[in-house]
Amino acid sequence: MAKFDIVLQAQGITKQFPGVLANDRVDFDLRRGEIHVLLGENGAGKSTLMNVLYGLYKADSGEVTVEGVPLHLNSPRDAIMHGIGMVHQHFMLIPVFTVTENIMLGAETNHRASQSDAPLAKLDRAEVAQKIRDLSHQYRLDVNPDAIVGDLPVGVQQRVEIVKALYRKANILILDEPTAVLTPQEAEELFRIMHDLTREGVSIIFITHKLKEVLAVADRITVMRGGRVVGSAIPKDSDEHKLAAMMVGRDVILTVKKKPAQPKETVLSVNQLNVKDVRGLNAVNEVSFTVRAGEVLGIAGVQGNGQTELAEALTGLRSIESGRFSLLGADLTGRPPRPITEAGLAHIPEDRQRYGLVLSYSVADNMILCDYYQPRFSKGIVIQQKNVDANAEKLIKDFDVRTPSPFTPAGKLSGGNQQKVIVARELSRPVKLLIASQPTRGLDVGSIEYIHKEIILMRDRGVAVLLISAELDEIMSLSDRIAVMYRGAIITTLDRKAATREGLGLLMAGGQEAPA
Amino acid sequence: MDWKRYTFIFLIITVLFGAVVMVGISKSPPILTITSMLATTIAVATPLTLGALSGVFCERAGVVNIGIEGMMLTAAFFGWLGAIYMYHVFGFEKWPSIFTGLIAAIFAGALMGLLHAVLSVTYKVDQIIGGTVINILAVGLTGFLNRQLFFGKGSAFGGHIPNSPGNLLNIHVPLTETLAPICGGSTSCLEIVRAINSVLDQRPIAISAIVLVFVSHYVLFNTRWGLRTRAVGEHPKAADTVGINVVKMRYINVVIGGALAGLAGAYFTIESVPSFEPLLTNGRGFISLAAMIFGNWSPIGSWVASLLFGASQALQINMQIFRDAIPPGWGFLQQAYIVGLIPYILTMLILTGIIGRTIAPAADGTPYEK
Repeated sequence: MAKFDIVLQAQGITKQFPGVLANDRVDFDLRRGEIHVLLGENGAGKSTLMNVLYGLYKADSGEVTVEGVPLHLNSPRDAIMHGIGMVHQHFMLIPVFTVTENIMLGAETNHRASQSDAPLAKLDRAEVAQKIRDLSHQYRLDVNPDAIVGDLPVGVQQRVEIVKALYRKANILILDEPTAVLTPQEAEELFRIMHDLTREGVSIIFITHKLKEVLAVADRITVMRGGRVVGSAIPKDSDEHKLAAMMVGRDVILTVKKKPAQPKETVLSVNQLNVKDVRGLNAVNEVSFTVRAGEVLGIAGVQGNGQTELAEALTGLRSIESGRFSLLGADLTGRPPRPITEAGLAHIPEDRQRYGLVLSYSVADNMILCDYYQPRFSKGIVIQQKNVDANAEKLIKDFDVRTPSPFTPAGKLSGGNQQKVIVARELSRPVKLLIASQPTRGLDVGSIEYIHKEIILMRDRGVAVLLISAELDEIMSLSDRIAVMYRGAIITTLDRKAATREGLGLLMAGGQEAPA
Repeated sequence: MDWKRYTFIFLIITVLFGAVVMVGISKSPPILTITSMLATTIAVATPLTLGALSGVFCERAGVVNIGIEGMMLTAAFFGWLGAIYMYHVFGFEKWPSIFTGLIAAIFAGALMGLLHAVLSVTYKVDQIIGGTVINILAVGLTGFLNRQLFFGKGSAFGGHIPNSPGNLLNIHVPLTETLAPICGGSTSCLEIVRAINSVLDQRPIAISAIVLVFVSHYVLFNTRWGLRTRAVGEHPKAADTVGINVVKMRYINVVIGGALAGLAGAYFTIESVPSFEPLLTNGRGFISLAAMIFGNWSPIGSWVASLLFGASQALQINMQIFRDAIPPGWGFLQQAYIVGLIPYILTMLILTGIIGRTIAPAADGTPYEK
């Protein structure tokens, strides 16, 4: 019976932000020892609800009870005191601190934060480290208390966050999109840990928008859209399509529909390219390939095998050691980004916030970053604001960018809409070649569908597309040919029809594909 | 990493000392030159050390403080003014007046710190601008009050500046007395003991600065307060999510920083020389800032760096004493203004080229937005 006790209940949570009703009378409950998935697109209000439960935001109305006791949540301290722990999507760890220091912070001398301790109390690092070792052993978390957090891979950092919550005796654990930053293997490991935790009586709220994981780990599923709970489900009565439809509010096409490619003349030709990375090591080794108009060449590979450097070299952002590349016959080796862009390159960079947008600039200004100097937008040194605004209005409409206004800073938009701003800017120009690096990383189903549709649309219009992605599904569904990159070299190029998931997975790990 | 840097500094200090000893060898025995330079180094480094500590507390909590100079100047003025008022206007004895001056200086510094906290934490003003405001305000305020209170109409002092009740004196460490019997009759032994004793005999603020260096180091790296302070300066959001009040932590640390700068200010008018003149801090607040950066935002590192600047001052002073002994061909060193440049040139060289990479707290200078 105890298994079905309700440990946490939220009723009628409403939270209004300026211009957005982020939570509209949301009801949610959590049973002891279950994994309750909260599913929804970016901006559906999942994170807001969790921040309310964790005391970071104060709800405008509604009530939260834990084990039947109503909570007054004024700060995370109150939530921690009632056994609620949260692993944030962007880890709340201090890179220069050790694991021990990160875990003890805020609860230095006792395990549930309280303010009664003297501020000048001496830190007992050894005791806390021992406690961490014990917890790490108990839940098979494998965390070294003396490591510096910044040196740890993200998967381990996430485990540190989990230990941090357990150290505070959390029995309700909120995981906010925990798999967004993990490799598939790390994600598997996380699911194993989650199951171990629930067996020990911890209840988990798992936030995600990845449908496959939901079905794999959930005991129950609650779906949110537009700030409201729109439905709930249990995995055995559900499937990806039903969930996606509930989440987006309409039928979603999860597999990209496309006609066979009609490749024409060679657009991009890369010849024995060598590029070094930031540390001066060889990142791209003797890479040669071509992309023809009207086809998508997918570059598959585990992150960090030279894809980033390859994309940077081809877009003029990184110097080339040797080798050449040309666009429609014109040699552009060693040229800066502007002439390459003018020759017909569109680039969707892998880190949209750092290289794709100026976050503090308005949407309208971000939309002219490539051609602000063209007569259309500039007369001498004066920007033609009217044309800039008209351009923005048009692109916002054409590419369905959800923004309060063209003057909103790009940083205020959701990830999907930020990516749409980039796509709008890049694809509205007369382009010959599209280099798309990790174009859908961190985006929700609706946005992924949209971006994929745009990429195929470009292909069908005769643009050559170079798609670089670590997501095997994405590579498989968009590419016409697939090149596998491993340790800076392209180890093989396959026709899409000849490629299988397993085969590619093996190649990406550096193995040879078994003969068919 | 840090030890390499410290060794490097001590090496430079040794070179500076060596140069002076060699120049002055004909005039004074090396042991005397070295001890007098050491004593000067420690004394001169005092306001720099305290100023750097002020910066360490603010910046470790994530608030850039370029207003150290202004905080020092304000404190120097109000400390001096407090002592004079107590002595001349309220008729207190000498020592209570001086002591009140000291408290007034620390209080004035803390108030300037509070102003900086209000500007940069509550109103999220750009912290460089906030610091500049404090520097300009300090120059204007002290200059104006200095004029108005002493020479203005209705001044209690009627157009002249009265003498300050005095300054803090050396605290004598009875080392010679204790060790004299051990030396027996050996005069050279006694001479060495006396020399060491003369280095140890420092004034109260100089001694407290050294004590505060180690106390601060302990507090920052070994206590709960320090851990939280550093967390707030590195990643305030992370601190917030574990229930730490970021705003409160920043306020208190900036006020502590202000009080430390206030103590530095007191050094000038309560300890060093019992008088005030406009702009008397003369850029030392900025040198403190340099020392803090060179010291990698750590109290001990900042102290070591301050000692280097102290040593270069000692070099300058001694070069002037030994002016006649400067060997021919180095005649330009006889020019006081050229020797006077040495500390500043050293600062520039060290900060631009030699220091290598130091890493500021990650959220230094960034207001916290929830």
